[in-house]
Amino acid sequence: MNIIVCAKQVVDVSEIKIDSDNKPRITGIPKKISDFDKNALEEALKIKEKNGGTITILTVGTADAKEKIKELLAMGADKAVLVTTDHPDQSTTPHLLKAAIEHIGEYDLIICGEASIDQFSGQTGPYLAGLLNISQLTYAIKTEATEQHIICHRDLGDETLIEQSSYPTLITVTKEINQPRLPNIMAIMASANKPIEEIQAEELKADVCGTLSQTDLSGVKAQRKNIVYQDDIENAVETIVEELDKQGVFS
Amino acid sequence: MHLEPSEQQSMIRNMVREFSEQQLGPKAEHTDKTKEFPQDIITSMAGLGLLGITIPTEYGGAGLDTITYSLVIEELSRRCASTGAITNVHNALVCYPVSKYGTDNQKKKYLSELATGTILGAFAATEAHAGSDLSHIQTTAKKTKDGYTLNGTKTFVTNGPQAGLILTLAKTDEDSFSIFLLAPHMKGITVGEQNEKLGLNGAHICSIQLKDVNVSEEQLLGEEGKGLAIALDAINLGRIGIAAQCVGIADQALEESITYSQERVQFNRPLSSFQAIQNKLADMETHLQAARQLTYSAAYQHDKGADIKKAAAAAKLFASSMCVEAALDAVQIHGGYGYTKEYIVERLYRDSKLTEIYEGTSDMQRLTIAKELLK
Repeated sequence: MNIIVCAKQVVDVSEIKIDSDNKPRITGIPKKISDFDKNALEEALKIKEKNGGTITILTVGTADAKEKIKELLAMGADKAVLVTTDHPDQSTTPHLLKAAIEHIGEYDLIICGEASIDQFSGQTGPYLAGLLNISQLTYAIKTEATEQHIICHRDLGDETLIEQSSYPTLITVTKEINQPRLPNIMAIMASANKPIEEIQAEELKADVCGTLSQTDLSGVKAQRKNIVYQDDIENAVETIVEELDKQGVFS
Repeated sequence: MHLEPSEQQSMIRNMVREFSEQQLGPKAEHTDKTKEFPQDIITSMAGLGLLGITIPTEYGGAGLDTITYSLVIEELSRRCASTGAITNVHNALVCYPVSKYGTDNQKKKYLSELATGTILGAFAATEAHAGSDLSHIQTTAKKTKDGYTLNGTKTFVTNGPQAGLILTLAKTDEDSFSIFLLAPHMKGITVGEQNEKLGLNGAHICSIQLKDVNVSEEQLLGEEGKGLAIALDAINLGRIGIAAQCVGIADQALEESITYSQERVQFNRPLSSFQAIQNKLADMETHLQAARQLTYSAAYQHDKGADIKKAAAAAKLFASSMCVEAALDAVQIHGGYGYTKEYIVERLYRDSKLTEIYEGTSDMQRLTIAKELLK
């Protein structure tokens, strides 16, 4: 089975600090692979362990993403393709991914995270499936893959929908689907020999959409109600508990 | 002079850091409180290849260098110093000497089991009346027709209660010492009760009694009479490991202190805005970085095959005193809360103290350094 796992290098959002003028400071923050993309790779590894095949990591990003891709090779992916561009964005990336996949050639299954942890648009997987004209099964919390088809248990909030697709198909996974493995030392050592092919975005001659532009990015100010309860203690406690219950804090 | 870790070293460090933060950190308090040996963690570490870091690859180890080794011990100790201690004794005092001095048969017999964590290693040298003065040990190994018979009692054997392989230092002749490969199931071996300690509660120590323990020549490690030299060679690597352990402990102490000092408000300001606290943090950071460099430098010398007696002693001497002070400062910065078990810094302080004592007290380290300077 040929599996392609789409992975994105992002800033570690847990390290972002908000300035006094309510702007997030994004420069100088350490980078990492988006969390759900590691879930995507872990699922691919489980499918490969059962059915055999190869796993290719596909990334659109800046050249320094190579370092983080090696972590994914250490986890067990076989090879990687990095499409380098200085300005990846949500509308351009799916086109570049499509062109890169056409360059890679044969594939059965594409696995993406449900969204990236930075911008969380959740669009890339479905957009890519649309461009490739293949089926898509999103928000998978469990998969069962054979040589002929893949069954996904899809998380729809209150319900789980179980759907099946033949190949080629694209799935997106949530973080509940698995616990990404840590590579052992031997795997880290072996990853040095696994190939990473670098292609400049311009070489791919992809259709570039470029319809999206970011107008603003600000911190969120917590709205405080500033309600003071001044009754005697017992009454005040009862009132507060009622109020919190009304707000749904206990459910 | 290249002072950056290699890509592989960075990847390994990051992996161990993630493992430590995910698995060791949440369990460290439980380990300290219950004094349980963290078997599930040791089992996970075996899967990650952390129990055979320096064992050659043909025996199932990672065959890695000393710098990488010290990064691993540092990252483990950064969340659980007990795990750092267990791992350092296993790797430096057992895996390393068996890899270096073992016969082909001995290496085949023990190394892959050590690498996979099937057996844990321990090192039995100290006795009731022979600690710093190791040449004063009374455990004897008398030559017999079939091999040797050992008699004596060892104390303070780290990993003793769990070990499947115990490297044991015994006197084979007047002023002549040898190392034997013993297993706890051998007739005549009694593994004693655990000692209760101030800290490092996950790492268990005990006494081991040897009464007419008969072993064959196959159980002798290296040449007869070379035991002290083998022990000191292993202990030198162990000292680099302890220095790395100290760097890990101090790193966590500093991290906790920075967080607390930014959260705790007194006189309408966070503690971190007071110069008294800033001075402490600055000193902790500077001394931590100095200890780090001493440790990596000693590790680098070890990889080059240089004589590391002085470098290893200096790294351990400085790093251990540094980490005890860092842990003390962390408790002080936390104030009253630092003295309670609500915060982890009191454990760091208790864990840190043994680093100035085991594998050669700080006083002995000074003797070693002076001896090297004056020869």
